[in-house]
Amino acid sequence: MEQAMTNVTHHYLRIKKKFPNVWCPGCGIGIAFGAIIRAVDDLKLPQDEVCMVSGIGCSSRMPVYVDFNTLHTTHGRPLAFATGVKFAKPELNVMVITGDGDGLAIGGNHFIHACRRNIDVTTILINNNTYGMTGGQLSPSTPYEKRATTAPYGNVERGFDPCDLAKSAGAVFVARGTVYHVVQLQKLIKQAILKKGFSLVEVISQCPTIYGRLNREGDAVEMMKWQKEHAVSVEAARKTPPDKLKDKFLTGVLWDIEFPEYIEEYEKVIKRSQGEKPKEP
Amino acid sequence: MQQKTNRRNLRLLQGNIACALGALAARVEFFAGYPITPSTEIAEYLARELPKQAGKFIQMEDEIGSIAAVIGASLAGVKAMTATSGPGFSLMQENIGYAYMAEVPCVVVNVQRGGPSTGLPTKVSQSDTMQVRWGTHGDYHAIALAPSSVRESFDLTIRAFNLSEKYRTPVILLLDEVIGHMREIVELPQPAEIRVAKRWKPTVPPEWYQHFEINPHFVSPMASFGEGYRYNVTGLTHDPLGFPTSRSDEIKNKLEKLRNKIEHNINDIVQVREEFMEDATCAVFAYGSAARAAQQAVRMARQKRIKAGLIQPLTIWPFPDVYMEHASEQLDLILVCELNQGQLIGEVVRTSCGKARIGGLHRYDGELLTPDEIFRKMREVK
Repeated sequence: MEQAMTNVTHHYLRIKKKFPNVWCPGCGIGIAFGAIIRAVDDLKLPQDEVCMVSGIGCSSRMPVYVDFNTLHTTHGRPLAFATGVKFAKPELNVMVITGDGDGLAIGGNHFIHACRRNIDVTTILINNNTYGMTGGQLSPSTPYEKRATTAPYGNVERGFDPCDLAKSAGAVFVARGTVYHVVQLQKLIKQAILKKGFSLVEVISQCPTIYGRLNREGDAVEMMKWQKEHAVSVEAARKTPPDKLKDKFLTGVLWDIEFPEYIEEYEKVIKRSQGEKPKEP
Repeated sequence: MQQKTNRRNLRLLQGNIACALGALAARVEFFAGYPITPSTEIAEYLARELPKQAGKFIQMEDEIGSIAAVIGASLAGVKAMTATSGPGFSLMQENIGYAYMAEVPCVVVNVQRGGPSTGLPTKVSQSDTMQVRWGTHGDYHAIALAPSSVRESFDLTIRAFNLSEKYRTPVILLLDEVIGHMREIVELPQPAEIRVAKRWKPTVPPEWYQHFEINPHFVSPMASFGEGYRYNVTGLTHDPLGFPTSRSDEIKNKLEKLRNKIEHNINDIVQVREEFMEDATCAVFAYGSAARAAQQAVRMARQKRIKAGLIQPLTIWPFPDVYMEHASEQLDLILVCELNQGQLIGEVVRTSCGKARIGGLHRYDGELLTPDEIFRKMREVK
């Protein structure tokens, strides 16, 4: 079983070209990466029709390693690039890989507008609460009082909840998984890819090398144990009294609605414009 | 807004609309933009006209997103453009640099207004002349074209697309408020007369394909996403396959490729329009809206039997070095007229190699230079 899973992943990797990868031992991004690849494999999406777009950061290095159409863009802008790719060629399955810094800080404006526009792009936001690539600075999802190299005395800001943000900005599918619950994560990613419209999967991940060390949260195993103990599925949460959910976070499908997708709407614009009598400019 | 007369397909057109029509004639398929004075008419016109031809128009959340969407669309295989003005052009710089690095064809129109900062949204200026060459960080080589009339706006927009597709690079079309908003009667060419360049596509099987192949042309064939060639694109310095590299030989090759594809094709890229230059001993050097007044001033000078000529670069970047070196041989004086505090004059000084005296006439008060001003200055420094 394990060997079969590895074989699936290896089939999609650019093993001869770009390995070893940049990620530290114990990083959760590789686990999320595996889940994404297996989701694509389960859905039997042709590799030629998958376009993976990313920004800058640890998670955004992912496209380099995988044999799809891959686009590693500028910091914070992958959703805007992806909007162009998808709008110009709707037959591509466009997937955006971003992180908490890339997607929520520098790319926050593109994030809310991509949700609002509801273009059919699947966004996977790998949240490790820090800027790993630059060495552990404060991110928009670093929890209150946690430490970062640029918050050596503790964070005095509140962190964003990307799922709440996406939901209120207009995303039609919002889910959260963790790298500990990887089977569930794979299912959520599959659902998100299948969903017509803008979908977000937040992946709770760990950065033991920097964030974990700065906040004395232990090694990767301990940090994943924390995910195991603090994640509550949406279904289980319904049966749990609220006081027991205080320090927990929800996983599973948090939001799933129907709303007309942008490109389908634009097709109407094309028809409308052609139906009118041609006017002299 | 514009009217059509029956004789000879003459039309009264605004410069911005001529630019949009030029884009349509060059078969633009995608426009992403954000409203900004004085460029907005281009977006408005294409929002209306593109869907009629099954093209796509999108208004993005800002200029950073606009240029990003344009680059994404171009990689997906369509001809794409955006239009903006100073503040928006500044916001676009990082991603314009991405397009240079990733060698993505696209056209960026900058209808200049006064600056710095918010500056003068409705006033004319040529103060982004240096920014179009040096705006983004790093070593790169830019192509920028500057029309001086409504008809030239149409023609140079088509040319911008052609150069962009041919050399796999962003091309900047530098209009200014006067050229963008001015209306003139123009006769547009028939579609059959318009030459439209196509992107060079690979013919090799996917496993042989190198998205950034080093070859004697310095321009690599370009497959689009979804065509079976699965490649990587990154703004990191990369090898011919598109994968990030830190090998010094590959870094050098990449940067030289970016330089050579422009420098080795300079005769194809550079265009200079001249008037009365055969026997001129004194020349007025001007581009964009300043060239209109310069042309008039040169004609006034000729009536007074002054041997004046006009040098109007249609391509301002790369700078017409060879032309200027050659022209300086016969000239005593070159008068550089610009609507800024002196930007392209430095290039004229550099390329004239001390052979001709250089005078400058610079206006930066939001108004146009007048033919009289130029003529007076010509007499004064002569």
